[in-house]
Amino acid sequence: MDDMRLVERTVEQLQSKIEAKGVQVYYGEKHALKDVDVAILDRTVTAFIGPSGCGKSTFLRCLNRMNDTVASARVMGSIRIDGEDIYDARVDPVQLRAKVGMVFQKPNPFPKSIYENVAYGPKIHGLAANKAELDSIVEASLRKAALWNEVKDRLDATGTGLSGGQQQRLCIARAIATSPEVLLMDEPCSALDPIATAQVEELIDELRSQFSVVIVTHSMQQAARVSQKTAFFHLGSLVEYGETGQIFTNPKDPRTEAYITGRIG
Amino acid sequence: MSDATAASPIPTAHPRGKSSLFEQDALTRRRNAAETRFRLYGLTAIVVSLVVLAIMLFTIFRDGTSAFRQASLSFPITLDAAILDPNGNRAPEDLAKVTTIGYGNLIGQQFANFLAAEGIAVEGITDRDISGMVSRDAPGRLRDMVLANPALIGQTIDFTAYATGRIDGYLKGRVTMETAQLDSNVSVEQLQLADLLVERGILSVAFNSGFLTNPDASDQRPESSGLGVAIIGSLYMMVLVLIFTLPVGVAASIYLEEFAPKNRLTDLIEVNISNLAAVPSIVFGILGLAIFINFAGLPQSSSLVGALVISLMTLPTIIIATRAAIRAVPPSIRDAALGVGASKMQTVFHHVLPLAMPGILTGTILGLATALGETAPLLLIGMVAFVTNYPAGPLEGGVLDPATALPVQVYSWASRSDPAFIERSSGAIIVLLGFLVIMNVAAILLRRRFERRW
Repeated sequence: MDDMRLVERTVEQLQSKIEAKGVQVYYGEKHALKDVDVAILDRTVTAFIGPSGCGKSTFLRCLNRMNDTVASARVMGSIRIDGEDIYDARVDPVQLRAKVGMVFQKPNPFPKSIYENVAYGPKIHGLAANKAELDSIVEASLRKAALWNEVKDRLDATGTGLSGGQQQRLCIARAIATSPEVLLMDEPCSALDPIATAQVEELIDELRSQFSVVIVTHSMQQAARVSQKTAFFHLGSLVEYGETGQIFTNPKDPRTEAYITGRIG
Repeated sequence: MSDATAASPIPTAHPRGKSSLFEQDALTRRRNAAETRFRLYGLTAIVVSLVVLAIMLFTIFRDGTSAFRQASLSFPITLDAAILDPNGNRAPEDLAKVTTIGYGNLIGQQFANFLAAEGIAVEGITDRDISGMVSRDAPGRLRDMVLANPALIGQTIDFTAYATGRIDGYLKGRVTMETAQLDSNVSVEQLQLADLLVERGILSVAFNSGFLTNPDASDQRPESSGLGVAIIGSLYMMVLVLIFTLPVGVAASIYLEEFAPKNRLTDLIEVNISNLAAVPSIVFGILGLAIFINFAGLPQSSSLVGALVISLMTLPTIIIATRAAIRAVPPSIRDAALGVGASKMQTVFHHVLPLAMPGILTGTILGLATALGETAPLLLIGMVAFVTNYPAGPLEGGVLDPATALPVQVYSWASRSDPAFIERSSGAIIVLLGFLVIMNVAAILLRRRFERRW
């Protein structure tokens, strides 16, 4: 934990974007997430760390209601985005997911052209009035995802033909093309090599200026490198949540310390 | 690892003794022998099935190819106005009064006259024997020609008629002088005359497109029977089956796979769909007879009823294939689509369905191919009938007209007594196999065309 950046890491934002209170998740009989309270700040990178099966991905998937697709999942408690409860009966998950984008563990571009991949979201949400607008959205998204220069000459090539790192950046471009307010990333670098990982991490840091980014990661170094706030989950509970520097250098909970120093996990 | 120290001592080196990598030990030899044996079993199985297939194809083609060639006689006929138009006014209603018997006499007479004029004669042959060499199909054909074009009356035309099945059989080697002596349908003199006619080029064997276009014909004139009605019937049925099953099958599969809650009811439905695929096809025939014909009152022998029955049979196959294809689409694609805010239906129609398309199409075409060869249910709804009239066009209600289907025609010809039908039923099998091969190739091509990687 001798990353120099830790020292100068400060959280400028104080306004919270997502507020979760007493979130419980059951998968059938299994109590997967126990009473999680967390406030995620706007324009901040928040990292969720913890051993496998601790509930961090489950919680992430609650934030855009992807858990709805799991038949046995039940979610209780309240999760508010900008003060609106996303589990309210009036909320259409489709609308919510346009607002809360998601990038998955394994790069999963559609087996269509690069252009189509990025344009799909704006198209179905009616964000572009004409082809020119759509083109500019695609270009802007690819630029933000640091992919434009690599693919601008072959937008018609299929997205699945890109390298793993490029595919993941394409997925990020696809996620930000709908101009979400929150970007959820579920271990976005676990299938990538170190160079692609570095590119994606750099990208995450840039995205912070516009989005609230929540990233689940198994790599504590990655959490330390990219996040301002870190939450440590263990056995379905949120053990500790604080500024990244504090979590890694001066954890308050003995379990956090044990995990960070590699004794549990 | 601290708890392992007390118990098991670390085994000493070389438990198998000192051995060379160049020598196989007993265990390795046994394993290799087992592997060799297994490979031989597999190879034998494949060779046996290929040999059986080859024998089957060989016999079918040996017996069936001759059905596509037919012996026919060509000779000039003077269409005598005195016989064909006794009133001399060319009025269609008067022309129609002359029956095929009149035309038959005319043809026989003219043929005998022609042979006499050409000086072709065989000792002891009667005029009756000579006219008996022309197919009984010829008078009807000539009459149709004249009724369609009355201007022919009074002219001399070159007429080509099928030779009878026995003469055809003689030229193909099925009938010999020895068998002719025992056969009341053909005389030795006729065969001798046939030899002379072949020399003079009057009688010849040529490709017979009528085998594919003619309707069925009775035992009296096997030479003029063809697959026309059966091909039209099969075609109507396949198109209707496709129209009935594809939308229903795909919709049912999508619902079951993507939308339906997983509970007892859907489990029950699933099990029953699989069971339906295993129900003997004749049961569907009885069902079709009871429901579509007896209850709903649809006409029997019609391709519509045949298509409905076969649709019921094919539906489970298509649903199973489609569900497998939908299930094979990786869940990550669904996550990706839902993640950018696509609705469930958009996810299915924009992403899942296009990816599942090759599998769906292959399953559908293979289901149709099975349906094309289905015979048993059609027997029960009366499609094994003797149909000599072509069904009307599809827009004129042709699907309600009586028709047969290719496999049923094979069955029906195979059970006829005249030996000329042996080659015809094998020939019909070749046509059926041809359609099946075309459908399978289409399935492969569609698969290649739509296949995408993810």
